[in-house]
Amino acid sequence: MLPAVKVENLSKEYVVGQSADRHATFYDTLSNALKSPFRKRDESTADASKFWALNDVSFEVQPGEVVGIIGRNGAGKSTLLKVLSRITAPTKGRIEVRGRLASLLEVGTGFHAELSGRENIFLNGAILGMTRRDIAKKFDEIVAFAEVEKFIDTPVKRYSSGMYVRLAFAVAAHLESDVLIVDEVLSVGDSSFQEKCMSKMGDLSQGGRTILFVSHNMGAVSKLCRTGVLLHAGQILHVGDVSGTLAKYETAAANDSLGLATVVRGPLEGSLQVSSVEIQGANPGCTVVVAPAAHIRLRTNYVVSEKIAGARLRFGIFKRGELVFSVYDCRDSADMSPGSYQSDAVIPAKYLSPGNYHLDITAYSSENGAWVRVSNAASFTVTSEWLTGYENNESMGVVNPGFVGTRQQVDS
Amino acid sequence: MKSNESVTLIEPRSGFHMLNFRELWAYRELLWVLTMRDIKVRYKQTVLGASWAIIRPVLTMVIFSIVFGQLAKLPSDGLPYPVFVYAALLPWTFFANAIGTSGQSLVGSANLVSKVYFPRLIIPLSSVGAGLIDLLISTVVLLLLMLWYGVPFTANLLVAPLLLIGVVFAALGVGTLLSALTVAYRDFTHLTPFMVQIWLYITPVIYPVSMVPKAWQWVMFLNPMTGLVEAFRAAFLGKPFDLQGIAISFAVAIAIFIIGVAYFEKVERRFADII
Repeated sequence: MLPAVKVENLSKEYVVGQSADRHATFYDTLSNALKSPFRKRDESTADASKFWALNDVSFEVQPGEVVGIIGRNGAGKSTLLKVLSRITAPTKGRIEVRGRLASLLEVGTGFHAELSGRENIFLNGAILGMTRRDIAKKFDEIVAFAEVEKFIDTPVKRYSSGMYVRLAFAVAAHLESDVLIVDEVLSVGDSSFQEKCMSKMGDLSQGGRTILFVSHNMGAVSKLCRTGVLLHAGQILHVGDVSGTLAKYETAAANDSLGLATVVRGPLEGSLQVSSVEIQGANPGCTVVVAPAAHIRLRTNYVVSEKIAGARLRFGIFKRGELVFSVYDCRDSADMSPGSYQSDAVIPAKYLSPGNYHLDITAYSSENGAWVRVSNAASFTVTSEWLTGYENNESMGVVNPGFVGTRQQVDS
Repeated sequence: MKSNESVTLIEPRSGFHMLNFRELWAYRELLWVLTMRDIKVRYKQTVLGASWAIIRPVLTMVIFSIVFGQLAKLPSDGLPYPVFVYAALLPWTFFANAIGTSGQSLVGSANLVSKVYFPRLIIPLSSVGAGLIDLLISTVVLLLLMLWYGVPFTANLLVAPLLLIGVVFAALGVGTLLSALTVAYRDFTHLTPFMVQIWLYITPVIYPVSMVPKAWQWVMFLNPMTGLVEAFRAAFLGKPFDLQGIAISFAVAIAIFIIGVAYFEKVERRFADII
């Protein structure tokens, strides 16, 4: 059988640098053209640094296959999706897609706040490439799935954010295509709706649809996909069955210290460099799993190259992008003279509700407020004591002080 | 699998190439839906609603009649100045609005451009299309004005639809060109309103072409709106057509349209990267 998607030697180059200023002024272009009218446009950007977001990527997807594309931030996943969805053109290589192609990089694209739910269904459907007939045929199904029957003629600006997202996903979920490209759209809505979305995605894949799915949620990837494609720095590191690819991803990430981290440049950047971050002695990248009864040991090593007055280091524990709490490495800030340092913190895991957390490290001077931060320095997962499988349940809240109430029967 | 086993090829693209009419046709429903969206949204949450489509040109006509007709005493080819200026304001207002909104349309739809694929030309097309409904409404007002001032209806009126096509082409050409340029160079966001203002004065809206010396009138007609505005007047107010002038203006309008669409198509695939 012919592959549904055939990607051959695909490359995409972006120009990053001064002369590629996103919104160059017309004057610049005009004056460049006047100064050197015979020079080709491309040469004028040759000195700017070029960056291959995708570099010679080739793979095939068979009809009916559900493929998960994984990789850390900046690996080229989004670029691959954008090229596959024809939003941006590749620089080299080609892709052949057999059958109707639809892509879903965002739910609710083109929704207009002033228009009613009904009008937005038709608008969004048309934007996603559905015909009016298709939408009309599926209209009731869409409304029922979104659970917005009562408000279908209300402008969506009056919708709660939950209703809005449900309606948006409902339209997208009823998109008819042979090949579907999905970006992380499942990470919206409350947990019960997420479950509904997951099962809808499952149905779609059962129905013989070819799906390319990008996600950071490894649970979703392993549940939905049979095949995995691991991208790293714009190249394919591994293609194979999903469990093998996930394992490769974990080890690849583990071998690369500070791999996921992003250094947020602050004024202290020149005086302090974080050299390593560890959780339980393990490198970041491989997910550290902690039982609630255990302690989470955080450690960071860093080098101070210039004296920092009144320095303190802060471990910030984040869940779903929100700061849960901070731990400082000392109660009173003290000057740090040049040298190597190590800061530790120990957190009893029982105070954290089950789920995934990540760590930010910020060093700052309490004297002048200068700082430097490493965000996403590492991550860990706290497992559940009783409720296995509820690791990401929002009903648990953010912290888990361990309070338990009492119950007694007062009447029969 | 579905019966329509179409194969989509995704390849690098560069240089000029033909406009893909078949694809544009396949997306005609989207054009319709986006046009309707622009129309529906335009007067949402306004007290006066769609009557703005009447109020704006009528108010402009009143002000122009007082300032240019009464105070400046500009000639009007022997017609009542209000009708004279209103007949020209019809195509002009449509054109000015169309290039203004379509120029901003791509930048305003950045979320669509960076998230979904469709022929990008649909976006400026739909904002030009949405203006047609206002033009239609204000045409009815012109017919009422003609009744009021006793201007006779002539067979010339039959040419009006053809002229309308000319104006639409001119607006599409300038609109698509501006929308593509605005994506790359935001200077055009500031330049466009200024340009529209200047353009009004080089177009015979508030004055007749007959004010310009005969020998130099052809220069006026290089502005496509000159021929179209004059022809609109002739069609509605029963004046003879200046065929030579109209021909020059039509040719320029078509040329601008071709240049606009060609430039748009050339840079289309870069939009998502630079918007």
